[in-house]
Amino acid sequence: MATLRDIQRRIRSVQSTQKITRAMKLVAAAKLRRAQERILAARPYAGKMGELLGNLVSAAGSDGAPHPLLEQRQGPRRQIVIITADKGLAGAFNSNVIRRALELVRQSNVAEVTLVVVGRKARDFYRRRQWTIKRDLIGFWDRLAYSHASELADYFMQQYLDGEVDEVHLVYNEFRSVAVQRPVREQLLPIPRKTEGEADAASVDYLYEPDPRAILDELLPRHVRTQVFRALMESLAGEYGARMTAMEAATKNAKDMIDVLTIQFNKARQEKITKELLDIVGGAEALKQGSES
Amino acid sequence: MADRLTLEIATPTRLVVTESVDEVVIPGSQGYFGVLPGHAPFLTTVGVGELVYRVGRDERNLAVSGGFAEVRNDKVIVLADTAERPEEIDRARAERARERAERRLAGRTDEEVDYARALAALARAVVRLMTAGRVG
Repeated sequence: MATLRDIQRRIRSVQSTQKITRAMKLVAAAKLRRAQERILAARPYAGKMGELLGNLVSAAGSDGAPHPLLEQRQGPRRQIVIITADKGLAGAFNSNVIRRALELVRQSNVAEVTLVVVGRKARDFYRRRQWTIKRDLIGFWDRLAYSHASELADYFMQQYLDGEVDEVHLVYNEFRSVAVQRPVREQLLPIPRKTEGEADAASVDYLYEPDPRAILDELLPRHVRTQVFRALMESLAGEYGARMTAMEAATKNAKDMIDVLTIQFNKARQEKITKELLDIVGGAEALKQGSES
Repeated sequence: MADRLTLEIATPTRLVVTESVDEVVIPGSQGYFGVLPGHAPFLTTVGVGELVYRVGRDERNLAVSGGFAEVRNDKVIVLADTAERPEEIDRARAERARERAERRLAGRTDEEVDYARALAALARAVVRLMTAGRVG
C-alpha cells in the first residue's frame, strides 16, 4: 500500500507533466492558426497556376514533343520524398507518413529507390535502418519559406532532367482539419496530366507572348516549386494540428489520473485517521481499565 | 462588357492586390504593355519591372519580378515571383544588392551563369529602388 507521501509525490509529478502538455497545446494552437493562414494566403496563386497549366499544356502540346517535365518515361527509378516533422509528441503524425512511405517503397523495385527526407523524424528513422539518403532537409520548419521549397524542387527537377530518376513522389501529411491529417502520396514528376478541367479551359483563344511553349517552359518549374511548397505547408499545419490534439488528450489523461490519485490519497488519509482514532480510543480504554482495577 | 478591370496580383506566399482598376501597365518579358477594359485574351510572361495601375486619377505601383500575366474577360491576373508595394521595400537592402551586383559585373566572372545571375539581381535591385523612390 502506497504511503500518503508517495501518492502526494505522484500527484505533483502528474501535475507538472500536465502543465507542460497544456503549454504545448497552447503553443501548437497559436502556431496552427498562423500555418493555416499561410495556406489560405498561398491558395490563389497555386489555384490559378494549375488552371494556366492545363490551358497551356493543351495549347502547346499539339505540336512537337511534350515538355521534358511532362514526359512519361516509364523507367524504374523512383525517388521518394518523405516529409515529417522535426519533433515528436504529435500522436501518430510522423509514424503514419513513415508507414505510408514504406508501403510505397515495397511496391517499388527496392533497388531502384532513392530517398530524400525532410524533417528530423524521417531522417533518423531511415538512418537507423541504414538506408541510403540522397539528401535531407531538417531544422528549417520554424522559418519555412518559399525558398526552401524552390531549392528542393529545383534539385528534383535537375535530377529528373539529368535522367537520374524517372519518377519523383512526395509522401506527406495532408491537412484535412485541425483534428485530421491524412498521409498522402503524390506524384511530383513527371507532372501528371489532369483529364478534366483541361478541355474547357482550352476553349479560350489567347494571344500568347512569346508563344505557348516558351510560357510553358517558365510555368512548369514554378508549378513544381509551388507543389513542393504546398506539401511543406500542409505538413507544417498538420504537425501543429496533430500536436494540439495529442497534447489535449494528454492533458485530459493527466487530469483523469490526478482525479484517481486524489481519491486514493483521500482514502489513505481517511484510513490513517481512523486507525489513529482507534489507537487513541484503544489506549484510553486500556488506561481507564487500568485505573479502575 | 464592364468598363473596369479586375486586377489580381498573387505571389506564391500571398495575394497582394485585388482591386477594381481602370488601367494596368505590366512589365512583360517582351516589354511593357498596357491593359485597358476590353482587351483581347492575352497570356504572357512577366519580367522584372515596375507594375503601375490606375484607379481614377490615382496611380499605384509595385515592383514585380518573374511570373505570368493573364488577361481575360476584363480580368487581369498577375502571378509574380515577387510583388512589393513601395512602402514594403527595404531600400537599404536593395541598395546593398545593387552594389553587390555591380561589383560582380565589374569583376567579369568567367562563369556565364554568374554573369546572368548578377545581371538579373541588378535589374531587381534597380527596379526596387525605382519603385520605392516614388514615395520617398
